[in-house]
Amino acid sequence: MDVLANLAMGFDIAFSPFTLMLAVIGCFLGTIIGALPGLGPSNGVAILIPLTFSLGLDATSALVLMTAVYYGAMYGGRISSILLNIPGDEPALMTTLDGYPMARAGRAGDALVLSGVASFVGAFLATLGLVFLAPLLARVAFLFGPAEYFALYLLAFATLGGFASNNQAKAALASCIGLGISVIGLDTNSGLPRMTGGNLHLMDGVDFLVAIVGLFAVAEVFFFIESHGRNTSIGVRLGKVTVPVRDILESRWTMLRASVVGFFAGVLPGAGASLGSFMAYMMEKSIAGEKGGFGTGVARGIAAPEAGNNAAAGGALVPMLTLGVPGSGTTAVLLALLMTLNITPGPTLFTDRPEVVWGLIASLLIANFVLLAMNVPLVRLFVRILSVPPWVLLPGVTMISFVGIFSLSGSYFDLLLMIAFGALGYVLRKLDVPTVPIILGILLGGHMEDSLRRAMVLSGGDWTFLFSTPIAVGLWIVAAAGFVAPMFLRRFLRKPQAITD
Amino acid sequence: MASDRIFGLVATVAALAYCAGALRIQTSFLGDPVGPRAFPLLVGAIAVLCGIAIMVRPDDDPDWPPVRTLGALAVTVLVLVAYAYTIRAGGFLVPTAVAAGVLSYQINPRPGAAALAGIGLSVGLFVIFRYVFGLGLFALPRALTG
Repeated sequence: MDVLANLAMGFDIAFSPFTLMLAVIGCFLGTIIGALPGLGPSNGVAILIPLTFSLGLDATSALVLMTAVYYGAMYGGRISSILLNIPGDEPALMTTLDGYPMARAGRAGDALVLSGVASFVGAFLATLGLVFLAPLLARVAFLFGPAEYFALYLLAFATLGGFASNNQAKAALASCIGLGISVIGLDTNSGLPRMTGGNLHLMDGVDFLVAIVGLFAVAEVFFFIESHGRNTSIGVRLGKVTVPVRDILESRWTMLRASVVGFFAGVLPGAGASLGSFMAYMMEKSIAGEKGGFGTGVARGIAAPEAGNNAAAGGALVPMLTLGVPGSGTTAVLLALLMTLNITPGPTLFTDRPEVVWGLIASLLIANFVLLAMNVPLVRLFVRILSVPPWVLLPGVTMISFVGIFSLSGSYFDLLLMIAFGALGYVLRKLDVPTVPIILGILLGGHMEDSLRRAMVLSGGDWTFLFSTPIAVGLWIVAAAGFVAPMFLRRFLRKPQAITD
Repeated sequence: MASDRIFGLVATVAALAYCAGALRIQTSFLGDPVGPRAFPLLVGAIAVLCGIAIMVRPDDDPDWPPVRTLGALAVTVLVLVAYAYTIRAGGFLVPTAVAAGVLSYQINPRPGAAALAGIGLSVGLFVIFRYVFGLGLFALPRALTG
């Protein structure tokens, strides 16, 4: 049993007191980040990356800390969904549909505990799935040459643009913006500058962390200023917290089904957690039928999206670790973390640095139990944190972003660039242009161009080489289908909008 | 409608400019079959198509904020830019307190609370960054402390 031996090695690393402490700290911070409205997994992890860097942790420790934050934020997102009817980020949107009505009916405590258990089931099963699927996929990934990788990157952009946005042209444009930015800097092949406009600061290219923090965190501040923090009044009071055993037992099959669906939605490159929670909710709704009462605050309506969402978060780690292609905005941020730590994700990661992979997986399993323990009894504490007023929180987030980016390079130019990305992010999101493809473009652009150019070197400039193997052709077909199909499916699969009072 | 038509036009023009820039990239004799120009040109060309598509089939207009809010956003950007220029030379405490205070005031217009938030955040974050993270921040302008 290869897997068991590897897991044993992972637990060996993860059970050191220091790593355990990092996991606990990460879970705690993550839950707070997820619970605070306006801070979700992606911008929360983004502003923490530069600071983690300055702590001088080694690769495994940094990775354990940040993935614990990631999982924690996925757990925490449900708290503001249920109590305030404000999803902390997009995947949490589905939880508001039944969570908020249940909380308004005076069962806020039940809703929180139930969703905590559902999150645990989803995340736990997905981590197990990761244990078995990732090494398998890593073996397949060894068959990938540059032509396959080029098609795979294209697939990620296509599915991300197809499923996660309302307008294909806008999503594709966002990908182009990201890819276009990735070109800036010295060309790796010829060593000559490209698209720098003669600006010396741009010779090294645009740091993806600057773009991420700008587009995610700074843009969020602009949105809060626009709304004057109006949308953050405390909605529902939390009464006594007990464990709703009956609800949990009643929704056990829902949790299992939702976890499986969520996991595979997460594995699909580019689709991510939003699709996972959406599909899990819609599936359970159609299984329950009219009598199920979905949308009125039923237990299964809370369990399904939470299990699906957390399972997708785990599933999204599979393509990120084995292929280097992230499945969601947050895994894109985690990929940025890996690249900052000088770890190249991909099949070789499993053979060259098994201690990183298996230490990470083991700490995810541990983080899960820590989160369950933390989220059920301590839920009151996290609810109290929700009452931090936005006029303290948002300036705080901005200042932390500034110091984080400043500590990276110590140059004011990166700070200006970050502000520019923040303003750009505000305008684009206003116009319904998704910003995640921009991040993905900046992160993957270099690799994508590299694989294209290597493929052309191998074939001596013959373009048909890109379609020369069955794997490559399959990826092209899926990419095309993933981009085009949602145009026709949109009529049937309308994203439900948040309910209003 | 109008928003998307303007946005599509801006995107198309920017993408064309990007393509023009890509054509001026120097190539070297050590080239590979693709060269450094092809990828940016490809990206630019797709972006041109997207820009045109957005112009031709615009979505509904978003709810743009009133002019006053836009003004507040512009002020915020200016404050952040000024902060970026002063954080190094001006020390950490004073610029951070001012910038955080202004941001806080923009979200919730109560001067007293905003001032407290600015000063509290500035001192609190300085202590955390300096002593927990060990970042080399200076509390006061270096000109004063020597």
